[in-house]
Amino acid sequence: MSVAPARSMMIEPSSRPRWLLLGLALALAALCVVAIGVGALSLSFEQVVAALGEPLGLPRPADLTDLHVNVVWGLRAPRVILAALVGGGLAVAGALMQGVFRNPLAEPTLVGVSGGAALGAAIIIVLGGLLWPEGLGAASQWITAGAAFAGGAATVALVVALAGGTSAHTLLLSGIALQVIAGAGVGALTFIADDEALRSLTFWMLGSVGSATWPAVAVAAALMAPALILAFSLSRPLDALTLGERQAHHLGVPVRQIWRRAVVAVALLVGAAVALCGVIGFLGLVVPHLVRLLIGPSHRDLLRASALLGAVILVGADLAARTLAAPAEIPVGVITTLIGGPFFLGLLVQARRRVSP
Amino acid sequence: MRRLALICLAGLFATPATAEITTKTTTIQGPVVTAGGAVTETVFALGAGDRVVGVDAASLYPPSVMKLPRTSYFRALSAEGIIALGPKALIAVEGSGPPPALAQLQSVGVQVVTVPGERTVAGAEARVKAIAAALGRAAEGEALAQKMKTEIEAARAEAARLRGDKAPPKVLFVYARGKAVLNVGGADTGADRMITLAGGESAVTGFTGFKPMTAEAVVAAKPDVIVMTTRGLQSVGGPEGAAALPGVSLTPAGQAGRVVAMDDLLLLGFGPRTGEGLRTLAALIHGGR
Repeated sequence: MSVAPARSMMIEPSSRPRWLLLGLALALAALCVVAIGVGALSLSFEQVVAALGEPLGLPRPADLTDLHVNVVWGLRAPRVILAALVGGGLAVAGALMQGVFRNPLAEPTLVGVSGGAALGAAIIIVLGGLLWPEGLGAASQWITAGAAFAGGAATVALVVALAGGTSAHTLLLSGIALQVIAGAGVGALTFIADDEALRSLTFWMLGSVGSATWPAVAVAAALMAPALILAFSLSRPLDALTLGERQAHHLGVPVRQIWRRAVVAVALLVGAAVALCGVIGFLGLVVPHLVRLLIGPSHRDLLRASALLGAVILVGADLAARTLAAPAEIPVGVITTLIGGPFFLGLLVQARRRVSP
Repeated sequence: MRRLALICLAGLFATPATAEITTKTTTIQGPVVTAGGAVTETVFALGAGDRVVGVDAASLYPPSVMKLPRTSYFRALSAEGIIALGPKALIAVEGSGPPPALAQLQSVGVQVVTVPGERTVAGAEARVKAIAAALGRAAEGEALAQKMKTEIEAARAEAARLRGDKAPPKVLFVYARGKAVLNVGGADTGADRMITLAGGESAVTGFTGFKPMTAEAVVAAKPDVIVMTTRGLQSVGGPEGAAALPGVSLTPAGQAGRVVAMDDLLLLGFGPRTGEGLRTLAALIHGGR
């Protein structure tokens, strides 16, 4: 594809983004290896390597048991991969929202997807006992995830229908209104929930990648991969949108179509993330800002780097969540916010000093 | 049809990691991790405390469990955290989870034994017997269940004696987690059953389960005694803090200074110490009148 001269003039090319992307990719790979190697069950480096190599036909050393292989392949590997997918997905969703609304405070919750997903899950958690009095057993996890995804998708569809492609402003306001209504729905369910449902709901709302299994990873990948491709395809129009809706329109950007695509991508990314891992805060809002502080606002690099940095942060946060208090586990959303919040503030202060000495 | 669809759905996603949770079990050999306050207490009361290698965050009795490694709260267990303690089995109260964590444990060969979770006297007995059976200590289980029954009967007789021929005191149970989280216990809660067994009468009967506490509802309930858990009372700032809670000063209990507290597990656990809990509660609600 040829580079349009007008746009290459708009954003000054630099080699910095390329180094950042490479660095983040290497950091993610290294962190994944560490995260698979470390956990409550302590394994030696050789044991981890041998356990990872086992399905590839490597010989099994004497001190490696089925338990070790199961922990590495059955528990840690899917968990690390799911954390990477969800972290990256949430960060890209945040970058998309900030681009569409041209507002640094925009985050995925603004189009109502997380609220709708939470409502969908809460309905099953609280009222599931009425629908299936005999209990659901192992299927309950999937019913809840399905309801969450459906809730998120339905809310986004409603937001888009209400806004009718008039302006980003209407889209934003409908999203906020539906998010609040969904929140009130969750509140009402909290009120009628019994003790058991209430606690399940609380833990679900705190977010966790602890329930990761290979099927969950497959579902996440199936939903998120097309959404990521869609998101990356929007980088040029989003750059044009930073000039303003009218200006972008005059540059030949089909503004409403871009909004709609971005919203669909966000719905897929956040819907899948919330359905599988509950509500994990902070990433969607802050990761794109971190990236912009480092390499500037060009969406092509912003979206890619956000995906990588989001993945790095969630894999790292989950590693901390499951090892710091082992054998107990800290909710991962608490870690992302507790560590990420102050870190972000520090970066902001630094950036301000650089700008205004 | 719906069931068929569910089975198909389950089959679609089924892996070795999502096996059904076993409820029938063979006798557990070797070390165990326990989840749920009453479960842990029962395992120790059955003389199998030396086999416990880890407990959940809700296990606070007997005191020796405080030295054991702690996993998360029983509804938010971490599979690898438990595996790392090297147990042969997890003995968990009904409602423990999340289900994927239990499935993960089974997939690596840790037996998951779920025992009845009801907060009733019958539930307490069923729980003791289920745990005893799982540990291969059925005889000890029978003996413990019998001992509990005797103690509960004795405590009820003692409560009746304390009450005498007076009307049963109206008792309000307030579950507090700080001043912002205040709930009152209605009908069909563990607190309600304990209050009734101890010869009191629940001050609130209009709803089941727990509901947020409002000043007017507290005043309207006219409790003679307000019962809290020890940790709950601490969380609102002790007796002075409790007296200052909305509405409390306008109730007979508030005016007579009868806001009392007892140990959480003793009051609500329905474990082996249920009889002792009833005796304590009876002394608190009938005393000082």
